Amino acid sequence: MMKVVRGFYSVAHAVKLCRPNVVCAYPITPQTEIVENLAEMYANGELENCRYITAESEFAAASILVGASATGARTFTATCSQGLILMSEVLFNAAGMRLPIVIVNTNRALSAPLSIWNDLQDSMALRDAGIIQLYVENNQEAHDAIPQAYRIAEDKRVLLPFMVCMDGFKLTHAYEPIDLLEQSVVDSFLPPYKPAAYLTTKKPLAFGCYAPPHVYMEFRVVMQNAMDRAKAVMGEVFREWAEVSGRDWGGHLEVVYPEAKFFVISMGSIVGLLRKVVEDLRKKGYEVGLIKLRTFRPFPAEDLRKSLSDAEKVIVLDRSVSMGYEGNLSIELKAALYGSSADVVSMILGLGGRDIPREFLEKLIENAILGKEGSGFKGVKDFEEVIP
Amino acid sequence: MRYFGRGHGACPGCGLAIAVRNVLNALDGKCFVANSTGCLEIISSQYGKNAWGVPYIHSLFDNVAAVASGISEALKAVGREEEGKVVVLAGDGATADIGLTLHGMFDRNHDVIYICLDNEAYQNTGHQQSGLTPLGEATTTTPAGRIQLGKTGRKKDMVAIALAHGSPYVATSSAVLPADIRRKVKKAANIEGAKYIQIHCPCVTGWGIDGKDVVKVGNLAIETALYPIVEFENGKLVSVRRIKERKPVEEYLRPQRRFRHLFVDPRGKEIIAEIQRIADRNAERFGLDLKKE
Repeated sequence: MMKVVRGFYSVAHAVKLCRPNVVCAYPITPQTEIVENLAEMYANGELENCRYITAESEFAAASILVGASATGARTFTATCSQGLILMSEVLFNAAGMRLPIVIVNTNRALSAPLSIWNDLQDSMALRDAGIIQLYVENNQEAHDAIPQAYRIAEDKRVLLPFMVCMDGFKLTHAYEPIDLLEQSVVDSFLPPYKPAAYLTTKKPLAFGCYAPPHVYMEFRVVMQNAMDRAKAVMGEVFREWAEVSGRDWGGHLEVVYPEAKFFVISMGSIVGLLRKVVEDLRKKGYEVGLIKLRTFRPFPAEDLRKSLSDAEKVIVLDRSVSMGYEGNLSIELKAALYGSSADVVSMILGLGGRDIPREFLEKLIENAILGKEGSGFKGVKDFEEVIP
Repeated sequence: MRYFGRGHGACPGCGLAIAVRNVLNALDGKCFVANSTGCLEIISSQYGKNAWGVPYIHSLFDNVAAVASGISEALKAVGREEEGKVVVLAGDGATADIGLTLHGMFDRNHDVIYICLDNEAYQNTGHQQSGLTPLGEATTTTPAGRIQLGKTGRKKDMVAIALAHGSPYVATSSAVLPADIRRKVKKAANIEGAKYIQIHCPCVTGWGIDGKDVVKVGNLAIETALYPIVEFENGKLVSVRRIKERKPVEEYLRPQRRFRHLFVDPRGKEIIAEIQRIADRNAERFGLDLKKE
């Protein structure tokens, strides 16, 4: 059913259709409206076999879901920014315990200085946790990502937490016409959760044992193997989703104009803008293509190498930075392209919600293609750091 | 079926092991255990040497109350709450310091029996001060030195904190009172909501006592009124373990290495006097002395 809704509702509605057993969260802008909508559905009795818990912090919310997921419940939370960082101790733990918790992160900058506006710094900080990270371009993709997230996370070949990353405000608060899924479609695609192992008095198991040096490493190796398997499982699920829903979001990447000489690569809602920019540049005669990276973890290095094997230049647009080095996606991409001859230009922009006007973006990319624009921060005013 | 035992690595005489066995027996093993990082987790949950005969989860040091809340709510959501009770087994540091996030569990009143195994310091990591370390105790982070003679603050009153949250059942017990532990756990199991039971657990290494003296020292904590054994239902004091003839606190302090400095350093006298005043106040507050009238 096509309906004009805001991003947070598109997520909440999809979560409801996935029939979660425990929803638990702590409010944080711009995520709050997701769980407010779920709370309203819960209060109205629309969530069956479900408990909605108002946690005292994001740390507690994630911890409550660890207990619930280990007990065999399908779980959901949403957060961002400081909330995600506060959850981080628990999320690393949940991944190690192989709990398929689904999280929506409404990407927001990190403090200090405090900013409620969008960039990708928060989820990048969770890069190494053992959590699958999928970045969406628009609210239909966010809506569609939820049932797929559960299918992938709960697959016995995977069993890892899954984080859907959507840009705070830019997506969460935007109105878009969304084809809201039917319950029957989701039910046919996503079976009820049958945990591989769970806490029960009928067959007592111990979760979260400690591992001395003679066994710890093997646990980490199997996590890495699960991440590797997740690449294939995600591919299967993406294809099945395209058939079930009629909407094909591509694989780990979407490549527009695969024969191009120059490529722009980025993640999230900026891709929508880049589609237009690339079209305009092509009209001007530039052989430029676009790569939308959807899956950041597991990192599809092989797919990227193939897609960029004949590229002359790759322009990476990062909305986060690893302080002391460079943009996060740029670091990953360069590692993936090790040994290739492609020139990589790494641009960092849009931090803390800084506007990225289309004309500005087009000029940047055009100049990068022409070799007149190099790596670094873009769209920054002249300023002086003042240390008293 | 043994609910706790095979392969656990506790020191001979460890109060935790006695307490845990009695908690699990009281529930006939029909329970889900959430355990914080600490002594108990280390002695019982090494991969390949799991000592638990009940479903068990250890997540982190600081989140056990929340994990237990999640188990309790998940059981309700999927209609399995008849399977067993949810029990937290947490140390004193995990309860009073880093894991004081238990206020959320109390606030929402999840159906959980929270048991604090109180050995009065971070014993697993070699005896560092916690919020439940009593006044005057020398720990590795509050040592007896030239300008400071052991811990300077008070033992945090977790019982009062639990009561302030409106917990329907709050009690203390001791590893040296196995029947008392079982009675209180059984009672707690029949009350809906977030319950709190704090069990005094002598620690042979941290306290500096012999394994064979655990029962003697544990009893002296009760008989000096330094560890009042009390029970509250819906905020009302319903039972206390009365003391026939209250002993001076020196009798409890003297045999333990952790308090030895109080008898060596001349400044120890004033600290012992203050500890005696704490015991006197406990006796008065809970009516611990059996009146000889």
